[in-house]
Amino acid sequence: MPERVAIVGVGHSDIRSITPGVSYKELMFEAATRAYEDAGVNPRRDVDSFISVSEDFWEGTSIFDEYVPDQLGGALRPVHTVTGDGIQALGCAAMLIRTGRARIVAVEGHSKHSDMRTPYHIQEFAFDPIFNRPLGAHPHYLAGLEMNRYLFETGTTREQCAMVVRKNRSCAISNPRAVYGARLSVEDVLASPPAFYPLTELDIARPADGCFVMVVAAESVAGDLAGEPVWIAGYGWCTETPSLESREWGEAVYARLAAQQAYRMAGITDPFRDLDFAEVDDSFSYKELQHLEALRVCRPGEAADMLEDGVTGPDGDFPVNVSGGSLGVGHLLEATGLHRVYEVVLQLRGQAGSSQLAGVERGLAQSWRNLPTTTGCVIILEKG
Amino acid sequence: MSVNIKEWPGTALGSKDLEEGRVLTVRHRVRAEYAWDAGVAIGRYLRELKAGRLIARRCRGCDRILLPPRMFCEECFRPTDEWVYVQDTGTVNTFSVCYVRWDVARLTEPQLPAVIHVDGASPGMGIMHLLGEVRPEDVRIGMRVKAVWKQVEEREGAITDIRYWKPIAEEVG
Amino acid sequence: MAKVAVVGAGMTRFVRRAQETGRELAWQAARMALDSAGLTLKDVDAVVIGSAPDAFDGVHMKGEYLSDGSGAWHKPCIRCFVGGATGVFAPIQGWYHIASGQFDTVLVVCEEKMSSTYPHPQGAFITIFDHTTERALGPNLLWIFALEMNRYMTVHGITKEEIALVAVKNKKNALDHPCSQLQEEVTVEDVLNSELLAWPVNRLDVSPASDGAAAVVMCAEHVAKRVSERPVWVEGVGWHLDTAYWTNRDLYYPRYVEYAARMAYEMAGIREPRKEIHIVEPYDPFDYKELHHLEGLLLCKRGEAARLTADGVTQRDGDLPVCPSGGLLGVGNPIAAAGLMKVCELFWQLRGEAGKRQVPGTPRRGLAQAWGDLMQVGTVIILGV
Repeated sequence: MPERVAIVGVGHSDIRSITPGVSYKELMFEAATRAYEDAGVNPRRDVDSFISVSEDFWEGTSIFDEYVPDQLGGALRPVHTVTGDGIQALGCAAMLIRTGRARIVAVEGHSKHSDMRTPYHIQEFAFDPIFNRPLGAHPHYLAGLEMNRYLFETGTTREQCAMVVRKNRSCAISNPRAVYGARLSVEDVLASPPAFYPLTELDIARPADGCFVMVVAAESVAGDLAGEPVWIAGYGWCTETPSLESREWGEAVYARLAAQQAYRMAGITDPFRDLDFAEVDDSFSYKELQHLEALRVCRPGEAADMLEDGVTGPDGDFPVNVSGGSLGVGHLLEATGLHRVYEVVLQLRGQAGSSQLAGVERGLAQSWRNLPTTTGCVIILEKG
Repeated sequence: MSVNIKEWPGTALGSKDLEEGRVLTVRHRVRAEYAWDAGVAIGRYLRELKAGRLIARRCRGCDRILLPPRMFCEECFRPTDEWVYVQDTGTVNTFSVCYVRWDVARLTEPQLPAVIHVDGASPGMGIMHLLGEVRPEDVRIGMRVKAVWKQVEEREGAITDIRYWKPIAEEVG
Repeated sequence: MAKVAVVGAGMTRFVRRAQETGRELAWQAARMALDSAGLTLKDVDAVVIGSAPDAFDGVHMKGEYLSDGSGAWHKPCIRCFVGGATGVFAPIQGWYHIASGQFDTVLVVCEEKMSSTYPHPQGAFITIFDHTTERALGPNLLWIFALEMNRYMTVHGITKEEIALVAVKNKKNALDHPCSQLQEEVTVEDVLNSELLAWPVNRLDVSPASDGAAAVVMCAEHVAKRVSERPVWVEGVGWHLDTAYWTNRDLYYPRYVEYAARMAYEMAGIREPRKEIHIVEPYDPFDYKELHHLEGLLLCKRGEAARLTADGVTQRDGDLPVCPSGGLLGVGNPIAAAGLMKVCELFWQLRGEAGKRQVPGTPRRGLAQAWGDLMQVGTVIILGV
């Protein structure tokens, strides 16, 4: 049996739609200070390795990993960057620990989205330069294509997608980390300006700034640390294909394959039964439903019924995104996965305040690297 | 296996292949524009530059005066403690005489980038800047220099509010 | 900890401008690595991609763009990034994928297509400097190398002639490399008389910008013993990243390389690296860097690497062969792919398959090292048979 690995410390900076008062370094220092305090570790002495997630063009700096170590306490230490979602970095931390060459690893992800003046031109720059970019459209059109196909294949309706927005923005009201809490009706969503048919403006998660840092530790040392451990039972990630020409538009294949890997590790055979709640990617309203189906929480086409029946609501049998998700909290670029993990950790520790779910033992966090990617990650967390 | 491989992939093109249209290219100019929040430490640094001063932060943990200033000490991993003005004089730690621009276009007048250790900051605390009012062949490591500031009305709160650093006479003794 | 082996390697030719797209280059190297191991994509559990700034290829989220060409279709895929040191970090990441027990077989692919950037690949480098305190000065990449080289020369009293010997040696070694971009022998005088870019750096002190890809297949011991008669084992890995405040450090010595090397030596149980390492592939984007890195790797005392070179110790048939591949100075420098090329070279050398480049004797242990960021990061991998 490989050694068990736990998240033993979590911390975050202020999360805001814009953060004009602080630099990204100061944002990271704030989150790191809280995470190390929570774990009861000194990064200069106790942390063996550091992993950050970032992409150069989100930052406006080439080789951005240069600027990572100082504000994390990682100067002249083993530090590396993953250009991926924060859950991938948590997986890397767990793997590093399981080699036996590290016992405590810190993981960092942040969004300074407000530093970008042309975020959607930058997102377009991720498209294939020869086949796709010359078309010159706003990158969100891909989500419109995908949503349309998803609705066609599953019989899900735009109204049902709007109910995701209503649920998540409403949940966000009681989450102190959430930027976009609001009481909205289905009609409000459908009547908001059309964006990329069938998406309206309110179907799309808006960006936010913020940073998350987590401390991951081997079982052999976790008990000696201050933070209440939450165990990593399984993780997985998968890339379907970068090609727009050959991807599945209706099904989130990457989420299904990532979940398979994570479920195998965690010994989960029936996700609906074996898990108590989930934080899943909802960067566009339909994505929450599409992802729940890919995660096999329900059969294809049934996620909307679960939503209508209240099963995925905060009082349901399988609450989804009680934090408010990306629709309610704001999208945090590569830190989005770490935010979802943070919410799961708080729930399992019983520290989720007025959003606290009763009797939860095991939860799932899932992320997607947003357009135009088909990369997704899954992590399963459980109480001791 | 290296010795067993006869054909290695990868097809080399020359500039003529492009100029004469034997291969096609797709051009794209990315619109990537940013307005980075300077934050607390560098925000103050820039304001002080506009006022014609250099400012640093002191960390009481390691008793260093840090330049460029930062709100955290990377060595101690704790918040830094106070603002400290440093001098606008210093010593050249290393320099170059650069004849090309960022895009490798040839310069007629070479630039003189240098790392300058600033007086008043802790030993080894340098910043990158340019040297001026000196012939390239006269620059040497260990040379004493002083900042040459822009006129007050020209300053905008940027590192370029210092035009360059020029040599000054060595102190006697 | 599970033992990890390299069982296959492949690379494209390094060229100034490749007809292939980045995805195609990645595919060519990955395919060759798999073929050389007698494996197919079906055998691959996960993929690790290494590539340096997105600005070169001109694609944001470049790891996603390269994923299918790198064999990651419907597979777990991660891209690591430590600037120029990425090419040696990627197999370290492949190592921890497997040593953790998580995956059995991992394909590691590094790619760079620098020719995509206009007007010149060097233009991509202006954005590596601090956006507020440095970029306004209009810096270019040559500045920091020139500043470091000057400091190194001044502290130790080393001359440009002594440093040029590295360029002469590596470019000569590269004549025997079938993928080499530069097939030219040069003399010390050629180096000293080449165009002065940023004193003390002349054009022939510098490796060329290149397009290319390299790949290795790594697997767990039980797979390696099944698929390979001559697996090459990962004996040690190390990496360290120093402070981003590079103007606060004395550039004459790369302490981050020393820390990375100590981490790898400790894991490999190496006490006397000079005696226990038989081949070295240190990172040589500039000629002085090879000397700088040999010192950081503790293979000689500080300031002594130039003498080793002058004495012929680092020649292919010397006592400590350094860059028998031809290095970045000779084979070319498609950043991340160049680092992984060094690991491929060790794989071929340790199996006795390096042909005209083969170092004499029976080398049993080799070290590859890369460097990157703002004079800031060292990555080290030690392979042995």
